[in-house]
Amino acid sequence: METSEIQGRVLKILTPYVKDNSALENAGAETNILEDMKVNSARLVDVVLAFEDEFDIEIADEDVDSVNTVGDCVTLISEKLS
Amino acid sequence: MTRRVVITGLGVIAPNGNGVPAFNDALRAGRSGLRRNEAMQKHGFACQVAATPSGVDELAEQAFSEELLLAMNQSHRLAALAALEAWRDAGCAVPAQDDERVNWDAGAILGTGIGGIDTIGARVVPLVDSCRVRRLGSTAVEQVMASGVSARISGLLALGNQVTTNSSACATGVEAVADGALRIRSGLAERMLCGGVEIASPYIWAGFDAMRVLCRQWNDEPERASRPLSATAAGFIPGAGAGALLVESLDSARQRGATIHAEVAGVGTNCGGHRGGGSMTAPNPESVRRCIGLALDDGKTAPEEVQAISGHLTATGADTSEVKAWAQALGRGPGELPHITSTKSLIGHTLGAAGAIETVAAVCMLRQGFIHPSLNSEDLHPEIEAFADSVPHELRELPELRVLMKAGFGFGDVNSALVLRKWEA
Repeated sequence: METSEIQGRVLKILTPYVKDNSALENAGAETNILEDMKVNSARLVDVVLAFEDEFDIEIADEDVDSVNTVGDCVTLISEKLS
Repeated sequence: MTRRVVITGLGVIAPNGNGVPAFNDALRAGRSGLRRNEAMQKHGFACQVAATPSGVDELAEQAFSEELLLAMNQSHRLAALAALEAWRDAGCAVPAQDDERVNWDAGAILGTGIGGIDTIGARVVPLVDSCRVRRLGSTAVEQVMASGVSARISGLLALGNQVTTNSSACATGVEAVADGALRIRSGLAERMLCGGVEIASPYIWAGFDAMRVLCRQWNDEPERASRPLSATAAGFIPGAGAGALLVESLDSARQRGATIHAEVAGVGTNCGGHRGGGSMTAPNPESVRRCIGLALDDGKTAPEEVQAISGHLTATGADTSEVKAWAQALGRGPGELPHITSTKSLIGHTLGAAGAIETVAAVCMLRQGFIHPSLNSEDLHPEIEAFADSVPHELRELPELRVLMKAGFGFGDVNSALVLRKWEA
């Protein structure tokens, strides 16, 4: 799957949780999910479950610890898909 | 001088009408919200009739953000819709979610009898039993914690005073109003959103069906199945919904120029201690009489001032004792008992929401001066035949209505009563 497609699907999953819409509109690989998009950190577990469902993958809890940006999500999902 | 307490906002999601205007019309028309229930049929219930509100998810989708909807179970949706209506009805603005100001003078007491059992049944039990705990995600706790419903409202409205969820079975909603009124009277708050919620779920109703306290004899005629006060009453019909009332100090209401719907003149709450005939499932008759008396004393109201009663009246064997308790507590014999009606005849027994929805109904009746019909009571129980004149089978216009009492009596032998007065500026 193309990186751009993964990023598009990641952003769609993040959308309901984003409090700063300008961060969403200008989102790129470097956009920080908590600091820029102001996503409630408690909801990250729901975002990860949605990734699992969307891409039919399994993500271990320890994998999530290193995820901070949209790019981190795309990298993690790409690894799991390959 | 004692602070006076008034009601300035009403909100309701009821089986026979969503929103106060529709609910008020349904009360006047004696419109039933009882329907044949497919889930009960499918699961082999003896009772297969329920009273549940319709269109709730559609209303919630219009009212709440996608993120909120992902976190709100049915209890949250029902309670939040009713609470928002009451808040807006009182003329209060709903703050933006990025507005950091907290409303320190306003709180919430929003109760529930059972709570988020939909989440427990659909997610917690299946996922835990199948060893998939992490699939619960982040929202299970806030949905199953009893205080989730009041906490949700606090987040929507930035409430900064006491925010809590009370639970006293079928007395929950009345008790919430009573407790909110006392907090305001004591000067600890200016505005309290008070009420109760209960969802529609076979998981809630199953235990009652097993106890044989649900009506199982009118499955083919759902609208006739809730029969309070009747000789053919055969148990209650379970219901769901939410009611909310904005209870406010008179000073605050006047300062804001708010429309006042009614005054909470007196409140009473007690328990029968499971003595004198009381038990986990039956009321101690003395405690019921005392509770009514407590509210009258608290409201400095003479028994003869009471013109109407919105009873607890569930359509079980307890109805006749309740009527006698009212008669004794008010010192009013046959022919003298105030008009007495059962909102449960229209909407079934909404358990933790009952007292709240029915108090909204009581305020509607006071405001417009009417008593709604108590359906299905034409064949009055012989034990209370002497009180027949007091039971309205059709709408009674009552422009002279000034004082109405509302009570709720619950499992656990708990009672709560209100003296409500029409507001005349």
